[in-house]
Amino acid sequence: MSILTTVVAGLFYLATATLLVGLTRKVVQYARTPAPLKIPTTPAPVTRTGVVLRMVREVVLFESLFKSSKWTWLFGWLFHFGLFVVLLRHLRYFTEPVWGWVALVQSAGIYAGYAMVIGLAGLWARRVLVDRVRYISAPSDHLMLALLVGIGGSGLLMKYVWHTDVVALKAFVLGLLRLDLSPLPADPLLVIHLLLVACLMFIFPVSKLLHAPGVFFSPTRNQVDNPRERRHVTGEA
Amino acid sequence: MAVKAEFDIPVITNVPRTPALREGAMAHSRPFVAKPDHQEPLGFPGELVEDWHDRAIAKMGELLGSYRSLQVFMDACVKCGACTDKCHYYLGTADPKNMPVARQDLMRKVYRRYFTWAGKYFPWLVGAADLTEEVLEEWYAYYHQCSECRRCSVYCPYGIDTAEITMAGREILDSVGMGQKYSNEIIGKVFRIGNNLGLPEPALADTLEGLEEEVKEETDVDVRFPLDEQGADVLLVTPSADFFAEPHVDGLIGYAKIFHQAGIRWTLSSHASEAANFGLFIGSQGNMQRVALRIREAAMELGVKRIIVGECGHAWRVAYSYWNTLIGPFDFLDPDYPAPQHICEATYDLIRQGALRFNKENNDDKVVTFHDSCNVSRGSRMGSMPGGQFIIPREVIKACCNHFVDMRQETIHEGTFCCGGGGGLLTDDLLELRVKGALPRVQSLGEVIEEYGVTHMAAMCAICKSQFTKVLPYYGMGMDMVVSVHHLVGDALELGTDG
Repeated sequence: MSILTTVVAGLFYLATATLLVGLTRKVVQYARTPAPLKIPTTPAPVTRTGVVLRMVREVVLFESLFKSSKWTWLFGWLFHFGLFVVLLRHLRYFTEPVWGWVALVQSAGIYAGYAMVIGLAGLWARRVLVDRVRYISAPSDHLMLALLVGIGGSGLLMKYVWHTDVVALKAFVLGLLRLDLSPLPADPLLVIHLLLVACLMFIFPVSKLLHAPGVFFSPTRNQVDNPRERRHVTGEA
Repeated sequence: MAVKAEFDIPVITNVPRTPALREGAMAHSRPFVAKPDHQEPLGFPGELVEDWHDRAIAKMGELLGSYRSLQVFMDACVKCGACTDKCHYYLGTADPKNMPVARQDLMRKVYRRYFTWAGKYFPWLVGAADLTEEVLEEWYAYYHQCSECRRCSVYCPYGIDTAEITMAGREILDSVGMGQKYSNEIIGKVFRIGNNLGLPEPALADTLEGLEEEVKEETDVDVRFPLDEQGADVLLVTPSADFFAEPHVDGLIGYAKIFHQAGIRWTLSSHASEAANFGLFIGSQGNMQRVALRIREAAMELGVKRIIVGECGHAWRVAYSYWNTLIGPFDFLDPDYPAPQHICEATYDLIRQGALRFNKENNDDKVVTFHDSCNVSRGSRMGSMPGGQFIIPREVIKACCNHFVDMRQETIHEGTFCCGGGGGLLTDDLLELRVKGALPRVQSLGEVIEEYGVTHMAAMCAICKSQFTKVLPYYGMGMDMVVSVHHLVGDALELGTDG
């Protein structure tokens, strides 16, 4: 087995462990921290079902962001939805035989790759061009965009310009899952793509990417507006 | 004619615009610091403690562990900028630190430095910073330029509520001895005397007696203003401003007329002669609970069946959202009525039952618009359905006025702009901030004056009413434009035996 294969495989095991442990710790922290008072941003749903629907609209459609800024919404939604479909497309590397619906989203996944990168470009342009957004941006905010553009860009390049050996790649990925390593194709672009993804997995639990689990725990969005009807008491704190 | 000021009054433009950043534009704005006399009764150190740095960090850790909101909000922001043009203080001052995300970042940079891996090892990368004296000063300045109105939380994709962070910031400042005089002095007055104004029981009794005479003279009807009356059905808890001056007191007269006409036995309480609860503003759950507890005590002692809250924005948020948690359960009250109930809910129910008759013509000299108060709009509800807090007061107004128009859509309902004086900022040492922060509301008020000839803006919050009467003249508008919702009700209500 080449050093490259061993190093990249080792890195992915470590990245996966970091991501899972790190996210679990944060989710447990969020879940354990009490919410002593009722603070839904009203008007808010008055039933649990209503809250679930509000959360679905928030997570799927970015409802609040839509109210707020149409450009940010457009680029943000393009990026996230694109990423989501791209991830679904990538399931083909993890499943053997490939599930039927994963086969179906393959072509959509290509368009999604473009959507993702266009969305990121739009968000980055706002970060540079709008004085208010420029003011609130730290170096890490730019780097995060660079990282994601790097991941999306290297992926698109592999699809259209410098193809990689996807059959060998799939064998490598399945080998990772089965703890029985197969060699990784030594394409520079592929290696870069994978290293950037591992990097993203490492920083996920220690960065603003925590907005992903965080939104589900946001009391202003996940609380039912029923303080008069039901006494809200938290045992802890 | 606009009032003269020592600072530039923002110019009202034809089209509302988002200003370009002016760094440091409001860095000089800071309220008077509380003296030991204001701090100690609330359980805070009298002055800045020597080990403020360690205590502040420890307090921050404690708050992060006790409020999920704070913990999640510190982590979740992605700096998308959606909130940056939503705060009335940013729109009015152009100071970038008045953008909600930047205000949060004043605390977030310290959170990252002391509580996150990235900020400990790569502070320059993630914008983390040590808690220095300059940072503490900055907290003091800018956590007192937020009225905790929650407008930003409506537009944030994660629902990050800057009010929660401002409250945490103020609580940390209080815990190291750097409290704000205005809020803390007032809370002390509530503990000592019973209300924000420091109006003692005999003076209150006197005032109410005077009001009875005034209404008798005007209407020839014996409308009562009972105080501490055992066995009344309703305890009315209202902001003490209602006892004091126009336009507030006309609202109180309106409530009294409603109760009179509906035949409801009601009373005020000298023990709980204040609905306001500034414990909310300083983020102190302990003080908020202590202030609220007087109301439970008064209700039990007087043996009432219902509690109704008068026109006050943050008081209604505290009553609606927190009372049940802090001073409930209300199992000793009549379960047929919501506990607590807003005066607008009570009036609206009576209107629907046909228990009241109005001479709408009495208000024909007015073209009325309505200012949604921030805490009512975004921190509470009225009635049984979401958004009832927008519908019910408007229905009440329309029941007694022939001419009503709303302001521009994105400045009402959940998008309403703060008056500019909420959240413990209604003090003259913050006058510049208050005048500038009122700009977005004044702008949309100006539009309906121009377009529909609006003559009056009704409000249902003591802070809004006080703030507007003070700042409207700076924009060349009359302070007498501001009316209580129940002033309109009281003026149109037909008093009579066959009601």
